[in-house]
Amino acid sequence: MIGSLDVVLLVLSVVCAVAAVQVRDLLASVVLLAAFSLFMCLLWTELGAVDVAFTEAAVGAGVTTVLFVITVYKTDRVSRD
Amino acid sequence: MTRYPPEGQPPDIIIRVVCRSLVPFIQLFGLYVVVHGHSSPGGGFQGGVTLAASFVLLALAEGRGALRRHIPLGALNAFASAGVLLYAGLGVVCLALGANYLDYGPLPFAEPRSVGMLVIEIGVGITVMAAMLSIFRDMLEF
Repeated sequence: MIGSLDVVLLVLSVVCAVAAVQVRDLLASVVLLAAFSLFMCLLWTELGAVDVAFTEAAVGAGVTTVLFVITVYKTDRVSRD
Repeated sequence: MTRYPPEGQPPDIIIRVVCRSLVPFIQLFGLYVVVHGHSSPGGGFQGGVTLAASFVLLALAEGRGALRRHIPLGALNAFASAGVLLYAGLGVVCLALGANYLDYGPLPFAEPRSVGMLVIEIGVGITVMAAMLSIFRDMLEF
């Protein structure tokens, strides 16, 4: 049971990571990165590394998202490469 | 991107009220995480980030000027330095009591190692909170 939960979380985090790189809208990319952080956080919790999961939730989903949003706001919203 | 709050208008009342009422609970949780860092998941870094996130939420709800008005840059620098001073100072106190640097054994408390770790966590928490807030503030001002 818990093994299949691992697989689901891994697949979701890979999907979020690939989508965050591929998407053109940088704000959507930031949101996908936050979702990736959330799935990584759940994965760390599932592996028993609660401390790492806590850091991932606080830093990955909380602070870096805000900093990335400010950066997108200060620069440009659409990727051109 | 559209600005929030729009130019010349006050922030939305719903966003303001919800964020302002969430902030004390987030800060209480941050303090809990800092204080219980030695016995449960969490610690100075995570608690400091949580405390910083509460101020970031306040700044996002109140608009760009709120952080500048309420938290001066000098206070952030002072807090960041005070945390490092607390950390290093406890190490020096241990040295002065005849032990190694950051060896909490000879501290004059009932459970010296727990108290020493608590002081270290508080120092780390203060520094992380101030550093995160000054990064956020500098990015807003840039």
